[in-house]
Amino acid sequence: MSEHKHFISIWFFIGMLLTVYGVLIMGAGIYNLFQPPARDIAMAHLHAGIWWGALLLVLGGFYVYHFYPKKEE
Amino acid sequence: MPTLMSFLLQTAPARLVSLSTVDLLIIGIYFLMVLAIGFYLKNRTKTGEDFFLAGREMTAWVAGLSFLAANLGSLELMGWAAAAYQYGILATHWYWVGAIPAMLFLAIVMMPFYYISKTHSVPGFLKLRFGEPARAVSAISFGFMTVLMSGINMYSMALVMKVVLGWDIHFSIWVSSLTVAVYVALGGLLSAIFNEVLQFVLIWLGALLIPILGLVEAGGWDGMVARIARNFPGQDYTHLWRTMGSFTDNPMGIHWTGIVLGLGWVISFGYWTTDFLVVQRVLAAKDLRAAKLAPIIGASFKMMVPFIVILPGLLGLALLPIQLTGESQVAANGGHSYNEVLPLMLARYCGPGLLGLGITALIAGFMSGMAGNVSAFATVWTYDIYRALIRKEASDAHYVKMGRWCTILGVLVSIGTAYLVMQFLSIMDYVQALFSFFIAPLFGTVLLGMLWKRATPAGGFWGLLAGTVSSIGMWAWVRVDPGALARIALSSHAKDMAENMYRALWSWIVCVVVTVVVSLLTKPKPEKDLVGLVYGVTDVPSEAHLPLYQRPAFWAGVVAVVFVVLNVIFW
Repeated sequence: MSEHKHFISIWFFIGMLLTVYGVLIMGAGIYNLFQPPARDIAMAHLHAGIWWGALLLVLGGFYVYHFYPKKEE
Repeated sequence: MPTLMSFLLQTAPARLVSLSTVDLLIIGIYFLMVLAIGFYLKNRTKTGEDFFLAGREMTAWVAGLSFLAANLGSLELMGWAAAAYQYGILATHWYWVGAIPAMLFLAIVMMPFYYISKTHSVPGFLKLRFGEPARAVSAISFGFMTVLMSGINMYSMALVMKVVLGWDIHFSIWVSSLTVAVYVALGGLLSAIFNEVLQFVLIWLGALLIPILGLVEAGGWDGMVARIARNFPGQDYTHLWRTMGSFTDNPMGIHWTGIVLGLGWVISFGYWTTDFLVVQRVLAAKDLRAAKLAPIIGASFKMMVPFIVILPGLLGLALLPIQLTGESQVAANGGHSYNEVLPLMLARYCGPGLLGLGITALIAGFMSGMAGNVSAFATVWTYDIYRALIRKEASDAHYVKMGRWCTILGVLVSIGTAYLVMQFLSIMDYVQALFSFFIAPLFGTVLLGMLWKRATPAGGFWGLLAGTVSSIGMWAWVRVDPGALARIALSSHAKDMAENMYRALWSWIVCVVVTVVVSLLTKPKPEKDLVGLVYGVTDVPSEAHLPLYQRPAFWAGVVAVVFVVLNVIFW
């Protein structure tokens, strides 16, 4: 959001959060490849954590780059 | 209150899953982020316009996403997934016929009057149109409803935490609600809107995996339908309108007239066009075109919400190895209730990391709904009750300070309400009853106020009061004499949901009839006093000079076409 020239865009905050989440979730997914979680999970063979984490990382990276405060000003 | 760690380490016997370190990290980072946004915006909300209307600087996209996110509270995420398990795809009516036409009507017909009048709230519009008494009735009833809704949000959130994680219900209520209190008190509506956009994104990204993986497991839509038919033979859970011809043909026990007239007309239009909780977000738009586009953007996303709310409920019918029941049966026999279907599906598919994201999505949903209630309550209390009835002359800084303090007070009252809500067995029925008490009559008053210049201040006030009192009266009548349901819903086969629809319809009719009759018997306001408030005496800026793709009416038409197509596909 760039409603006000003094605001950091909300999309930048979202980008930062998604980037951190992407790293954590993809990391957990990769770890679980070698160390499966104790709890049974349906469709575990699809390794959703890895590709969903990667998606968050790409989305977050895009928002951080595109709405970086200095670039916006 | 016991300490955070003692609660996190506590394990209730009924919990579904345990959180790993990475899950806790994801949830903790979310709380830090929303608080950081609140602190960041604190110094940017100096004036009343900043605090209560976010400076009226929001783009259509931000206002539109916030408009929808404020509605994505516990009712949406938990309640409607539960309703989908209980009633099947019929629950989708609350997203499509029960939302889309009303949102488009708000955008194209009503928004110009809200925006041009420069009102800060819906009760504020009633003050301009009908005078102080109508505002007082509306503001007080809205304040009452808002804290009750906020209490429902808290209770639902705490229920999720109890069921999924085994967290203490009191701990969940206090931590999440005090976080909301801090960031809304710091940054007002601006902070609420910023966080709502963030929460909107998290809700989607956290909840979207359930229908994707669920459909893969079920073998697509057709596979899911086949499994439901096998699990529940003889019942139709997957058609929107086909079973609406009779009260007895569908699990909701309602006729299509109740859905179309009660839900699609009165309740839906009442909620989406006059509930200040959502309208406040659109009033924060930077200009009239953005204010008109915001509900249209919200409507386009609203049509997709069933994918993350209704579909998980249907997938629960198809895939869960256990059968869920009502709260009262769970209390008597154990097991899991309808309200737990979403967390059960979350636990089914999400491993470490994804589970933390899913839980964060639920918390974000609850907090966005709660923040919406609290920020709207702060505005109505400060401008429409405190300034109107208690202290008329004070500085802008004083009212901002009052807004910050009553944000905290509103949260505390909501916490008290959450403990009251625990006494009710069905969240859905409770909320529906609230809607029909206040929202349906208010819609009648605002609609006549905007579209009929002959409506008088006395007509508006007495119509609103009569509609509200009649709604409460019908509700009490059914509580005292359950046989009254057949009279109100016009059928002995009607169930609770039908009662809510028809009660809303009757209370709206009472409001409109009383408003019209009293208006015709009393002196109207001069036309010069109605400029900017009423159709026919207000110049609404033309959009003819804009290219087609920039006109709100064009996009409203596109959304309307998609809405019709979806209803035909799932007929």
